[in-house]
Amino acid sequence: MIAAEEVWRTYRMGPNRVDALAGVTFQVAPGDFVAICGPSGSGKSTLMSILGCLDQPTAGRYVLEGVEVQSLDDDALAVLRNRRIGFVFQTFNLLPRMTALRNVELPMIYSGLPRQARLQQALDALAAVGLAGRLEHRPNELSGGEQQRVAIARALVNRPAIILADEPTGNLDSKAGEEILQVFHRLVEGGATIVMVTHNPRIAEQAQRVIQLTDGRIVSDARMAGIRKPGPARDPESISSSARP
Amino acid sequence: MDLREAFGLALEMLAANRVRSALTMLGVVIGVAAIILLVSLGEGATAYITRELTGLGTNLLIITPGKTQTSGGFHPPVAGTVRKLTYEDAVALRRRASLLTDAVPVVLGTGKIRYQGVSRDTSVIGVTPEFQRVRNLYVEIGQFVSEEDVEGRRRVVVLGRTVKRELFGEENPLGQFVTLADSRYRVIGIMERKGVSLGFDIDDLVFIPVKSAQDLFDTDRLFEILASVRSPDEIDRAIQQVKDILMRRHGNREDFTLTSQGAILSAFTTILKILTAVLGGIAGISLLVGGIGIMNIMLVSVRERTREIGIRKAVGARRRDILGQFLLESVMLSCLGGGLGIIVGVGGAKGLSIFFTYLPTRVSLWAVLMAFGFSAAVGVFFGVYPARRAALLDPIQALRYE
Repeated sequence: MIAAEEVWRTYRMGPNRVDALAGVTFQVAPGDFVAICGPSGSGKSTLMSILGCLDQPTAGRYVLEGVEVQSLDDDALAVLRNRRIGFVFQTFNLLPRMTALRNVELPMIYSGLPRQARLQQALDALAAVGLAGRLEHRPNELSGGEQQRVAIARALVNRPAIILADEPTGNLDSKAGEEILQVFHRLVEGGATIVMVTHNPRIAEQAQRVIQLTDGRIVSDARMAGIRKPGPARDPESISSSARP
Repeated sequence: MDLREAFGLALEMLAANRVRSALTMLGVVIGVAAIILLVSLGEGATAYITRELTGLGTNLLIITPGKTQTSGGFHPPVAGTVRKLTYEDAVALRRRASLLTDAVPVVLGTGKIRYQGVSRDTSVIGVTPEFQRVRNLYVEIGQFVSEEDVEGRRRVVVLGRTVKRELFGEENPLGQFVTLADSRYRVIGIMERKGVSLGFDIDDLVFIPVKSAQDLFDTDRLFEILASVRSPDEIDRAIQQVKDILMRRHGNREDFTLTSQGAILSAFTTILKILTAVLGGIAGISLLVGGIGIMNIMLVSVRERTREIGIRKAVGARRRDILGQFLLESVMLSCLGGGLGIIVGVGGAKGLSIFFTYLPTRVSLWAVLMAFGFSAAVGVFFGVYPARRAALLDPIQALRYE
């Protein structure tokens, strides 16, 4: 369970104050699949950073599984990111010199898991995203979709409370993007909680709930009716974006 | 992050930039090697001086005429002496100074020695038989100057190896007569080979009885009295005893100077210690420069890997994890460099004394340990700033860094 309550995030730029978030309040229940949608500059990324414990609110409360995040210090935030958060980025953000397996092991290296347990969990996570046959490949030997699936494996390997995905399909062609969304659906069915940020309404539709953000405020919060429909999402923007053929 | 993981990672990173790591290490290698090499040279010189000085005879006490306040060093043969030391002074010391085993009166002069048209300028030393014991310098063939030779003012001479070779070549000189300042001297012995010591060719000397030397140079003064003390522990007491005896003979005036072998030795070793420290310090500066090289390359590395740092932070690396990672890399650079520097430095020091026998070196453990410790400290000192910079990076900005 995560809860944001009147969250403000204010940046100072010289004499000016910019409210990236201006009083955001919402909750996400375990097992939910939420899309946060909005144009650029709406505060999506800032909200993502705060939910991911990379940043802290200027005012308001953010409670992650009962922990008051706004009062934590740097190291406590790091531990929280390590144990309770899994990130999936638009640009994958894998370490280029490491194999897929080593990349997935990375969070567990910092949580101090013994070698054997680490290896087993990493193998399980990679199998869960369908990459059991790609363990020893480095990121540049994998397709964009495969890289993103490695990133997802890394995100879920510590069994986080929440997986945060920031434009996870933004750098992928529509087919690979669809595959990623399939993986998300499978994870949600398995009990994972996912919050996905996107500016693309067609991608957002795939979630169970869509929160619309404009100028740092929530303008709508709607649960999607009906069952998601699989099949390629025809989206001109994601086709034109850079991705491996 | 466990230690094995951390070491593996650091090695991986250094290996990923092989040329850069090697060049960075080179600075430390040179610094450490220079420290070891120069300190070894200084230590070698100290050991050499010590060996040479103690090789001249241990427990040696040198009494020279005239009072000088400074200690150590050699006096020129004709120093501005106010009062003189005489043969009788030496005899008195031999009789009454119970702490001395020997007291040898020495007259020193230079003269032209001739044999069948070949001549050579050489130093002539007038001595008594005990000289052999006191200076640890023995005759090899024939005989040394005897008591009878001294008392009888006999014109006999013992040749140093160089003088013998120059005048006689392969010929046997024993029993032959040489001319020393217009007097004929019979050759009775040849000294053993000693070689050059402290820049002074001991083989280029001739020895004659002390009284004959006084006749030859027409003087009743001594150049010095060489005395040897029974045991090293008694040197201070022996000095006092010699002082008492000589002052009574000299009208209660201390118009002579006593120098112990130990005083000369410590004067030399003090100079060499300072020299070694200065050389080591200069080499230390080059190690410092090597450290700056490490800092430079680590700063570049932090910048290049900003995104990696962001990723690591996002998945849960704490500040100290990042700090430790980068610090480990810089320490590893400096320690690997230090290790290589030890190999180069020790090898260089050994090689130097093999190829240049006049450059004695001695590799001491403390110099090696100090150089290595210093290089490790350099790695920590110059690694902290870049590592801190990495640790304090804002993860959000680091993740966006292109």
